[in-house]
Amino acid sequence: MSDVIDTLVGIAPGSKLDAIRAQRSEARKHAQASYTSLFEPREVAGVAAYERHAIAAFVAGLHGEPKTDAFYAAKLPAGLRATVAAEVAAAKSTGPYGRFPKGPLSAEDAPGPTWKVSDTGRTALGARLPAAFEHTHMLVFHPRDAAAPALQALLDAGWSTTDIVTISQLVSFLSYQIRVVSGLSTLASSL
Amino acid sequence: MTDRTLTPPPHTEPVVFTRDMLDWLPWIEPMAEQDMTERHLASLVDASRVKSPYFRLLARDPDVLEARTRTDKDIFYNPEAGLPRAERELAAAATSRLNGCIYCASVHARFAATYSKRVDDVQRLLDEGVGARLDERWDAIVAASVALTALPITFGPPHIERLRKVGLDDAAIADLIGAASFFNWANRLMLSLGEPATQGK
Repeated sequence: MSDVIDTLVGIAPGSKLDAIRAQRSEARKHAQASYTSLFEPREVAGVAAYERHAIAAFVAGLHGEPKTDAFYAAKLPAGLRATVAAEVAAAKSTGPYGRFPKGPLSAEDAPGPTWKVSDTGRTALGARLPAAFEHTHMLVFHPRDAAAPALQALLDAGWSTTDIVTISQLVSFLSYQIRVVSGLSTLASSL
Repeated sequence: MTDRTLTPPPHTEPVVFTRDMLDWLPWIEPMAEQDMTERHLASLVDASRVKSPYFRLLARDPDVLEARTRTDKDIFYNPEAGLPRAERELAAAATSRLNGCIYCASVHARFAATYSKRVDDVQRLLDEGVGARLDERWDAIVAASVALTALPITFGPPHIERLRKVGLDDAAIADLIGAASFFNWANRLMLSLGEPATQGK
């Protein structure tokens, strides 16, 4: 089976980067297994396939790494793709920002906005996805602002505790995958 | 039935970055040990992790947890070539410092200090943040971790050049990319699913 990171970076078999990745064959194999278990799970319980792909396209859009952005956007039907693109345009920020626990670190606080899905987006995304997108924005740009009420908002929107684990893993995994693709692409261009 | 978030028991919240051992308290319900199937238990990879509320929470999606854990172990523990372990840990600690994950930073600052024996430098990274001046090699590693963590991602050819200048070969640079990127995964889970607590003395 093809490896998404290799495909997106353009790592050809037998290339120098292929040999370097082969030295971490377990990491390579299980980064791909992480992708598969999130996007092609053995059983799609809880978070539906289109919901996984919508959240993924939103995460990739927020990061703006061109190759991963195109890859995940292509998995959405045209209507949903346009909705996600409009939310990405409104939600895009810089990071990481956020507050630290009150105390000596407060001097380093970089407070910033809590983003909300647009009214148009809310209608188009249905009952559960708006809450997931709002949580995703926090995870991507200001994860240190996380607090229990953010999880309660997801539960109130109809996600279960297990769904929250899956969504959190999905956003966090992509935060890894996108950076690996970006980093290895830069390395590939300077070999 | 709608699930509810948990109210952590009374505890002391750490308000500075530290190399002390911390606890972690979940905001949503981990699996109960007696409800875990063989698949859930296998997803922990290390059987002893059944005692950890963090891993019992992630075990709710066992396939992702197992893949996450095996990715983590190879990036950090594989001794074959590449970046020395101490500096993989340094990249993890710097990433955690920037994102603000006090729990993750505590674990990986301890490892960085243990493997490098440069306790004061590691502590300075925790105290002063990612702008602390350590030495040329460590500054280059921290700067690259910061550039990979920032959004938009600013990691570019000048970072690679700087890393090469301080002695990192291509395999070591790839390890740094893996370690800093992985902590952008780990930090987000730790920060958003629960909170750190000072251990009782």
